[in-house]
Amino acid sequence: MPRALVSAFVLGLLFGVGLVLAGMTDPQRVQGFLDVAGAWDPTLAFVMGAALVVATPLFRIARRREQGVCGTPMMLPSRQAIDRRLVAGSAVFGVGWGLAGFCPGPAIVDMGAGIAGAWWFGGAMVAGMLVYGWLARPPGALQPTRLVPQATQDAE
Amino acid sequence: MTLAPFDAWHALAGGALIGAAAGGLALMNGRLAGISGVVGSLVAGGVDPGWRIAFLAGLVVAPLAWRLWAPFPGIALAPVPVLVVAGLLVGLGTRYGGGCTSGHGVCGLARASPRSLVATLVFMATGALAVFVVRHVAGY
Repeated sequence: MPRALVSAFVLGLLFGVGLVLAGMTDPQRVQGFLDVAGAWDPTLAFVMGAALVVATPLFRIARRREQGVCGTPMMLPSRQAIDRRLVAGSAVFGVGWGLAGFCPGPAIVDMGAGIAGAWWFGGAMVAGMLVYGWLARPPGALQPTRLVPQATQDAE
Repeated sequence: MTLAPFDAWHALAGGALIGAAAGGLALMNGRLAGISGVVGSLVAGGVDPGWRIAFLAGLVVAPLAWRLWAPFPGIALAPVPVLVVAGLLVGLGTRYGGGCTSGHGVCGLARASPRSLVATLVFMATGALAVFVVRHVAGY
């Protein structure tokens, strides 16, 4: 099996175990962090802080490389636009996150734990992504291979 | 269901593992550990599904691995209709906004991306608003 797949699996496992250890698989804990008017729970701030301390130097090293250690090309996103899509999309995501106390990572881990409610959430999340695909995906946004070649655009 | 008290060491250790996994995926695979992006690409039938499936498989297996040495922590969820509405909003919003807590909140901030900082501030603000309504207005 290619090294890149083994690596991605092990890192997904590590990510998931980190979420469980940190208590992030409990939506109440996440909502507790967002509940600034109630009994505020600082857990998520500690989790994010520690994650940033560890991830920042690793990204700095990765940025200098042309390919990953597994030999696959560096494909980190380069988008920088701060536009209406970013703000509106993030606002909508935040409402869902607060309502359920779930974001995608912990929900998928809870699906693995066999928690029925997480499957309802996960199924709806996939449906929301399909709706996005039908409504809003700009041509080629997720499938660069389908982009119209530059020459064709110029020919018009 | 009572929630265990805040435990800084578990939060820090778990966060460090998350950061190691996110930074590790960039270093090892040259890829960004944005979970909504990973799922969204698979849902859209995007290119290069292999590493994405492997990464998600790791997430799904994590609770099974956890159970080898400790019971999975008990959790309490919102009612199913709320979970469904929330899931739809999360699916739609993360695709429009180009990321979630992992992609913008962890990876983006670790890369000092202003775009991700804006996204993170926005979803934390609307998340806090939603929790305020859920806990202090609707009160379920």
